[in-house]
Amino acid sequence: MSKKLAGYGAAGLALLLLSLVVSLSIGSVHLPVKQIGAMLLQKIPGLGNSIATVWEPSAEQIIMKVRLPRIVLGMLVGASLAVAGAAFQGVLRNPLADPFTLGVASGSSLGAAVLIFYGLQYSFAGAWTLPLVAFLTGAITLLIVLALSRENGKIPTHGLILAGVVMQSFLGAVVSFLTIMSRDTLNDILFWTMGSLSMRGWTYIAVLLPYLTAGFVYLWSRSRALNLLSLGERQASHMGLNVDRLKWSVLVVATLLTAAAVSVSGVIGFVGLVVPHMIRLITGSDYRIIIPLSALGGAVFMVWSDTAARTLLSPGEIPIGVVTAFIGAPFFAYLLYRSRKQRREGRL
Amino acid sequence: MITIQHVSKYYDDHPALQDLSWHVKAGEWWGIIGPNGSGKSTLLQLLSGVEAPTSGRVELEGRNIRTFGRKELARKIAVLQQEGLPQTNFTVREVLEMGRYPFQNWRGREQRDPGPFLDSIMDKLELRELQHRPVDLLSGGQRQRAALGKVMAQEPSLLLLDEPTTYLDIRYQLQFMNMVASWRKETGITVISVLHDLNLASQFCDKLLLLHENQSAGEGSPAQMLTEENLRDIFRVDTSIVPHPCNGLPQVLLVRQ
Repeated sequence: MSKKLAGYGAAGLALLLLSLVVSLSIGSVHLPVKQIGAMLLQKIPGLGNSIATVWEPSAEQIIMKVRLPRIVLGMLVGASLAVAGAAFQGVLRNPLADPFTLGVASGSSLGAAVLIFYGLQYSFAGAWTLPLVAFLTGAITLLIVLALSRENGKIPTHGLILAGVVMQSFLGAVVSFLTIMSRDTLNDILFWTMGSLSMRGWTYIAVLLPYLTAGFVYLWSRSRALNLLSLGERQASHMGLNVDRLKWSVLVVATLLTAAAVSVSGVIGFVGLVVPHMIRLITGSDYRIIIPLSALGGAVFMVWSDTAARTLLSPGEIPIGVVTAFIGAPFFAYLLYRSRKQRREGRL
Repeated sequence: MITIQHVSKYYDDHPALQDLSWHVKAGEWWGIIGPNGSGKSTLLQLLSGVEAPTSGRVELEGRNIRTFGRKELARKIAVLQQEGLPQTNFTVREVLEMGRYPFQNWRGREQRDPGPFLDSIMDKLELRELQHRPVDLLSGGQRQRAALGKVMAQEPSLLLLDEPTTYLDIRYQLQFMNMVASWRKETGITVISVLHDLNLASQFCDKLLLLHENQSAGEGSPAQMLTEENLRDIFRVDTSIVPHPCNGLPQVLLVRQ
């Protein structure tokens, strides 16, 4: 297991670094990859003095102040959503589960939409008002969904998924209503619900990073338990797993991680659904491997989606949620086709 | 080993088990027999500690079973269900390692390396060559052996079997039961098995508990329990009981109406 993880992990990290450097060079001002490599290496303490500055100060400004924070934030958001998605799929044992299954995204969207509708985005905590409110409304939604589906202290999986779907459609309807009612020509609510990574900066990274670190460590530490759960709830409990406690804790942690990601970037779909499936197709069903590789895969997927989002219609931007769905949906269709084919061949 | 006192279990208002008292001594092999819906599986669920009785008490080694932690309980009791393992692409060896879960710390480590122990289990169960094969590519008999290997890796002192031979052909039924018997001989483990096959029950179990309409209908040796009257009362079928030519144990022949 650890050898397999080390192999895939090294390949994933290399791909991530490569994506980072290449994506940094792409944009309205093209900068050579070689310069960017040197620029990044110069920032490493102890190594910096040995590298000469051969580029314009403006180039460094573009990289350090604009592109790098955006790309790094994208990586963190992608990693958060993909890890949360893997955890949701594991604990709900449902291939269609994703980080938004329990209605978190709709809850956050509603909070954001209400603020934008009444023009309160900067009301009490400056630029942080919207992320804060989005996080809180997302977390409250989770609590309501859990309360709705709870039955004699247990959480039946089907009830949970149904409660999440009901919540999603209801809150989604409210958000649509607010979107229609707001008169702005450039509809901020619509743009928020489709996600964006522009104009965020390093502070957003500092906010999301602790959530990702803590959430990732916790979910990875539960990966053996998720493996046991894949044999069935009853069998897992006979093997010493407290199934209900596992469900509660994993759902809460994965949801908070999702809410944190959504609050800084808006709703970015498909990453959390598709990336864990890609990883599963490549490596098998061991969550000890799926969770860390989903983090890497989510980061890479997001770097390329965001690069496409900010360059394809330059100087305009495509909402990143549109790009991820554009790539994610065909892939998902392929997955459905594949599983149907397997079933026909009698393997499922 | 395990004692149950006046245990009843209701699902909503529907009784699944009524006022059952029973005592199992360490090292015994019990068979639970009775028709469908007589409460056999409910009884096994209560014994495994996963479900709480509506009234009464289940005691494991003199202590209320509900006071055990889940991992603590899994080090004492292992359960093998009729479907054994689901379709999964974990390999045989990985599944056996999962059986070690109750002994692992949060990082998945144990005090001693479980490798040689898992090897010895696979040797006993003829799984060594299959150890790196995914479970969903195994035949029914192989898969049930892997499931047995997983519960052996759990090193329990009590094994609960829930109709473990249901999906096996006669060769693998006998092989499976023989493997459990030799495991029991080596380790002195206590076995409680729900069995549909009365002839297997007669040959492998020391004692039988009869369940009928969610209540006990008697307990005793196979010779005492497997009688034509008992079977007529419980299953409503006519049978002829004959002694097995090799070991003299009672064997059940069905009589066509």
